[in-house]
Amino acid sequence: MSGFSPAFLSSTSNSFVELARAVAPEALPTMVGHDLGHLAPEGTTIICFRTATGILMAGDRRATIGNMIASHSMEKVRPADDFSVIGIAGTAGLALDLIRLYQLELEHYEKIEGARLSLGGKANRLASMLRGNLNLALQGLSVVPLFAGVDEATPAGQIFSFDVTGGKYEEHRFHSIGSGSGYARGALKKLWQPGLDTDAAISVAVEALFDASDDDSATGGPDFVRQIAPTILTVDLERGVVEIPSADVLSIATEVIDRRTRKAQS
Amino acid sequence: MSQAPFYVSPEQLMKDRADFARKGIARGRSVVVLRYDEGILLLAENPSPTLHKIAEIYDRIGFAAVGKYNEFETMRQAGVRYADLRGYSYHRSDVTARGLTNAYAQTLAGVFTTESKPFEVELVVAELGLTAETDQLYRLSYDGSVIDETEHVAIGGQADDITATLKDLSTSELPLREVFDHGVRALATAASGTLPAQDLEAAVLDRNASGHRTFKRLSDAMMAQLRED
Repeated sequence: MSGFSPAFLSSTSNSFVELARAVAPEALPTMVGHDLGHLAPEGTTIICFRTATGILMAGDRRATIGNMIASHSMEKVRPADDFSVIGIAGTAGLALDLIRLYQLELEHYEKIEGARLSLGGKANRLASMLRGNLNLALQGLSVVPLFAGVDEATPAGQIFSFDVTGGKYEEHRFHSIGSGSGYARGALKKLWQPGLDTDAAISVAVEALFDASDDDSATGGPDFVRQIAPTILTVDLERGVVEIPSADVLSIATEVIDRRTRKAQS
Repeated sequence: MSQAPFYVSPEQLMKDRADFARKGIARGRSVVVLRYDEGILLLAENPSPTLHKIAEIYDRIGFAAVGKYNEFETMRQAGVRYADLRGYSYHRSDVTARGLTNAYAQTLAGVFTTESKPFEVELVVAELGLTAETDQLYRLSYDGSVIDETEHVAIGGQADDITATLKDLSTSELPLREVFDHGVRALATAASGTLPAQDLEAAVLDRNASGHRTFKRLSDAMMAQLRED
């Protein structure tokens, strides 16, 4: 009988990854034989913190291969669905694949079940996908995501960090991942405070990323030549995921740089 | 005494199956899918707020069904799996209503001829084109036959009455409010009664939607508003 393959008609799973593994394993990211870590673009700083209304996540746009800059305009922070965001540090190709797969996983569940996963359910699903990638991590191709969002049960939002083995940890104020995360977190310790409004939150995010790019060669700063700004997404229950336009981010970045220039020259 | 060999002609076999499927479908309430100037409206008489007859398959593809719930739910889920896997393996723009309709048609035809009973379902697959000229509406029957329609299409027990009510109407030139009105009136005429908003299930594929997913369910409040002005 032609038409749908029997797996489509008889499956009771609501997971896209399980379906793809059964029907079309060649479409999924697969294991390779050698350590390819030195050939693939990587490097990043991604930060995430709570704001007055929900969550803000931001990431720089640079990707590197060794001492080379591979890309100036990579988007490493993306909406996972209408009410959650994901940012990924690590091997770029795998990271982007994982984001795409994860976005589809959430959309697939929503369509099959007719309802969204809870925020905790989304985080657990991501953890189990990482666990499935463990063999890649052992070959030096690791990806580490940061996931955050809101739902009806947790309107203030939650932030989750992960490790390559699929461990899931809830962060309560702010968190950062990637090669420049130490510098960014240091900045957030001084700049972050509870109840930041959107403008103040964007300014804090730009400053923290600026500090990271100042000291970490794999993290890019705001690029005024190409007009490339860090990606900044906010999430709240009322409006869902909102991307801050890059012109707005660049104008705040200009203020931050002016302030620092004055300080450096005084 | 040995029993006489039991023979049923293929004509009779197919006719019996078709009658059986048609009877099952006629028991259910109808669904109508109509194009409007900026999208496609899917409208069903359905008192249940959770057991849907209308659903999202993919970015620009909607699904409507009548008949036996478990059977069209199987078809809906198969469609979602087909579309998501195709969009992931190739590209989101490579998922088309025509491909999906073919898969549905083959499956329905296969079940009709080889299984012990045919599916008691009728389906509509609607694709929202990038421009109004490329909108597509396909109607699929229990035996896998496909018809493509241009303006509106009705399925279910009262499909003929609904189509007769909407005859000569170019809904693709009208705004959503008017098309919604026509659709509700056609459903109500066929059901011979008035239809309160909570007995209606509606969704649109909206050409002006932001983002790639254009399917949007209309809440009772949104429907009430459409009927008011």
